[in-house]
Amino acid sequence: MTPPVGGATEIAARVRAGELSAASVLDEALAAIEARDRELHCFNSLMGERARERATEIDRMVGAGQDPGSLAGVPVALKDNICTRAAPTTCSSRILEGWTPPYDATVVRRLAAAGALLVGKTNLDEFAMGSSTENSATGPTRNPWDTSRVPGGSSGGSAAAVAAGMVPVALGSDTGGSIRQPAALCGVVGVKPTYGVVSRYGLVAFASSLDQIGPFALTVADAAAVLEAIAGHDEMDSTSLERAAPRCSEVLDDGADGLRVGVVSDFLADASPDCASAVRSAAEVLAAAGAKVDDVALPELLHGLSAYYLIAPAEASSNLARYDGVRYGLRVDAPDVETMNARTRAAGFGAEVKRRVMLGTYVLSAGYYDAYYAQAQRVRTIVARAFARAYGHFDVLLAPTTPSVAFAFGAKTDDPLEMYLADLFTIPTNLAGHPAMSVPFALGEAGLPVGVQVLAPALGEREMFRAAAVVEAGAPPGVRGPVGTRSAR
Amino acid sequence: MSGSGTPAGAPARAGEAGVEGYEIVVGLEVHCELATATKLFCGCTNAFGAVSNTHVCPVCLGLPGSLPVLNRRAVELAIRIGRALHCEVRPSTFHRKNYFYPDMPKDYQISQYDEPINVDGYLELPGGLRVGIERAHIEEDTGKTTHVGGGGRIHDADYSLVDYNRAGVPLVEIVSRPDVRGAEQARAYVSELRAVLVASGASDGRMEEGSLRVDANVSVRPLGSDVLGTRCEVKNLNSLRSLGRAIEHEAARQVALVESGGRVVQETRHWNEAEGRTSSMRSKEEANDYRYFSEPDLVPLVPDADLVERATAGMPLMPAARRKRVAALVGDALGGEAGASDQVATVVDLGLDDLVVAAVGLGADPSLALRRAANEAAQRPEEARRLDATAFADLLGLEVTGKLSSTQAKTVLAELLEHGGEPEEIARRLGYEALSSDELAGVVDDVIAAHPAEWERFLGGESKVAQLLTGQVMKATKGRANGRTVAEALDARRG
Ligand SMILES: [Zn+2]
Repeated sequence: MTPPVGGATEIAARVRAGELSAASVLDEALAAIEARDRELHCFNSLMGERARERATEIDRMVGAGQDPGSLAGVPVALKDNICTRAAPTTCSSRILEGWTPPYDATVVRRLAAAGALLVGKTNLDEFAMGSSTENSATGPTRNPWDTSRVPGGSSGGSAAAVAAGMVPVALGSDTGGSIRQPAALCGVVGVKPTYGVVSRYGLVAFASSLDQIGPFALTVADAAAVLEAIAGHDEMDSTSLERAAPRCSEVLDDGADGLRVGVVSDFLADASPDCASAVRSAAEVLAAAGAKVDDVALPELLHGLSAYYLIAPAEASSNLARYDGVRYGLRVDAPDVETMNARTRAAGFGAEVKRRVMLGTYVLSAGYYDAYYAQAQRVRTIVARAFARAYGHFDVLLAPTTPSVAFAFGAKTDDPLEMYLADLFTIPTNLAGHPAMSVPFALGEAGLPVGVQVLAPALGEREMFRAAAVVEAGAPPGVRGPVGTRSAR
Repeated sequence: MSGSGTPAGAPARAGEAGVEGYEIVVGLEVHCELATATKLFCGCTNAFGAVSNTHVCPVCLGLPGSLPVLNRRAVELAIRIGRALHCEVRPSTFHRKNYFYPDMPKDYQISQYDEPINVDGYLELPGGLRVGIERAHIEEDTGKTTHVGGGGRIHDADYSLVDYNRAGVPLVEIVSRPDVRGAEQARAYVSELRAVLVASGASDGRMEEGSLRVDANVSVRPLGSDVLGTRCEVKNLNSLRSLGRAIEHEAARQVALVESGGRVVQETRHWNEAEGRTSSMRSKEEANDYRYFSEPDLVPLVPDADLVERATAGMPLMPAARRKRVAALVGDALGGEAGASDQVATVVDLGLDDLVVAAVGLGADPSLALRRAANEAAQRPEEARRLDATAFADLLGLEVTGKLSSTQAKTVLAELLEHGGEPEEIARRLGYEALSSDELAGVVDDVIAAHPAEWERFLGGESKVAQLLTGQVMKATKGRANGRTVAEALDARRG
């Protein structure tokens, strides 16, 4: 079946030209959601009414000869950890029950200013902690390629919504791979920008030094268009870089001639054969396009996983302290305030969140800080140095996004460490603050999509998109969404 | 002792109740609310006394997704404080101090930890003692909790109300070295620090509104010992009076404990002003492990030379420097004069030092200028700060040259303070025109003629009779005569 919604850049171009009404685009998106979300559960909530008002306004502007913006009439889904006035922001957690933010995240304001239609909030692993979207208080999201399998996570709702053709683009957040991993598992493009390129203001924090918002899209070009709309300095975020959004759309036709591409050989050994061979094939595509391709050994990157699972929980333990029942969200009453805090948190947080809060509290504790947190920060520096060494010789790196294709529900839920390994290839990028993106490139085991990851140094988005566009063009047909819902095979 | 090289100061004053044979050692932690227009990390108004929870936003309420942005003005004021306290102003970072408390919106406080912006300074007290300043760092204030019912403490209250207007107000915490000895010096330190904070423009200095909040680390040791005793931190000191009383009480408690063979336990103690005693605050709060770690939402604060220069531009002289300036003016002549340093401190406290300096610059007698400023002008400091220095200098000139008696000069000064004007003009209006020497001679002769017995005693060397005779002359001239001139006239007639 052909999903009703086309690509973002195509929609925007036709809406701006007056050939297509934003209202009709929205209707199609909402109809697709209506038709398929009961089964897939991509969305926690919809903002249809507000989106309809915006669509009417955009059509009126076009009629009046005004330009509603680069994403005019493009339906966008937002991961439900991005604050919106128009809908509750739950982080898929019970603890935020009943809370609607009194403000919009910077990315929400920028999307609206670009003419996008914000259609709903998508499911995630609670507070973005997970790799399968199974850790959600609202229930799991299903992978449209195979509904017996996970969509990946934590931004599983956004990835699946784009893969299922409900929306052409969506936003997620990536702390250790939470955009790229579900993008790979759902056969869509997912981009984690350089830390500081997209404002975090209004993104509910998981691990502040690692979190970054980025787009999901069906194509590399659409991802570039969304990134251009949301990126750029924001004075509300002190870690926001003082520079304009990278103009990645400009380089999509530049080809790979002369591009120096390093294939991270250490990762290939730890990936399943289908994921590893996709990287080799993508490298051949780049080489054929004139890139200079070589292997690079970066064994230090594999230590990133351990460092990440100390640093991210440490920050999370502090970021999630505010959910104490005093000001908003869930409150479980008790005779005194400490008991109220404890009961609220016991009832409001799921098991994985509790696990990470306890882990993080532990590693920051007096007597353990040096052995764990401080040591992890040293490893973080080592990872950054390894990347720096590689980028002395290469413009971009090529690696698998995930160790395997989408796995079945419950396959890793009993073993957190097994689940954590799903982020092995994506985490080093977050630790270094670099950009990376996943591009659908092959069908692997059971005909499921396989993503190839393109990595770049800080602010290397243009080179990254250049390479990604070449990889995308060289991919065989049928490797990416939109895909009609299929059940287990 | 500290390694700051500051003088240790005198032992606690003799006779302080219950601490004979011991030295009281005090270190002070002063939280100063910065007088910025807005809060430390958001644009909310920083003001005292507004309706609860009206000066709040997503950032200072710590709503999910909000982020802090450092207030530039708060940094500038922190740098002014650092400079005023002779600190090194250095690159610094922010940390999170994690603990659960309902008046902390994020359940962590953003504070500077191991890399504060100001380190290693000192504060010079009016007596010349230098108290070392370990650090003066930036942090955010918490909200304010009111426990309703029960004993007004969190655990027995019926319910609690939280006002977040104060949450995120910028603070600088100034931590002294344990260089203070006893209650009196502690009061002098806080009073001087308050003056410095006000002079630097960093604070309004209002202790009663909580703009300045003082905690005292108190320990005792046998006189002559150079080992620090175990300290207790005393909280809830809302005035200079409570500070002094609390230190005296706490020191006496520790001495009694030591004398009876006990040991002081390091703990936080609460000062109860009504009961006049400290009590242990040992609670769950005490057992906190704050799990400090670097605040990932903020970037390092690296004040470059430009920022420091901009921050300290136009910063006035601090009280200690102003005292030195006045003292230098009046010079050695005044060195031995009793009360001179008190007078210097008074004019600086009241902001009358500029008047004294200006009048001396116009030729006024330094010692007289200081005395009149510290004694008479000080009665009406508001008006005195507005007094024209030329008029003040002219008045002092009239007194020095004997054209006005000191009594007359004080009356003219009072008139000047109230209505302004020219001193000579005022003196004329009051009929203080100096008597002609002929007129005076006539009056003196009349008085001698009218008091022959007294005159004989005066001639016999009974000098106190001179006062009576002078008084009669003054009476006859309705105070227009200059006392000194009259005395001279009487002496001249004695031959
Ligand atoms: Zn605020």
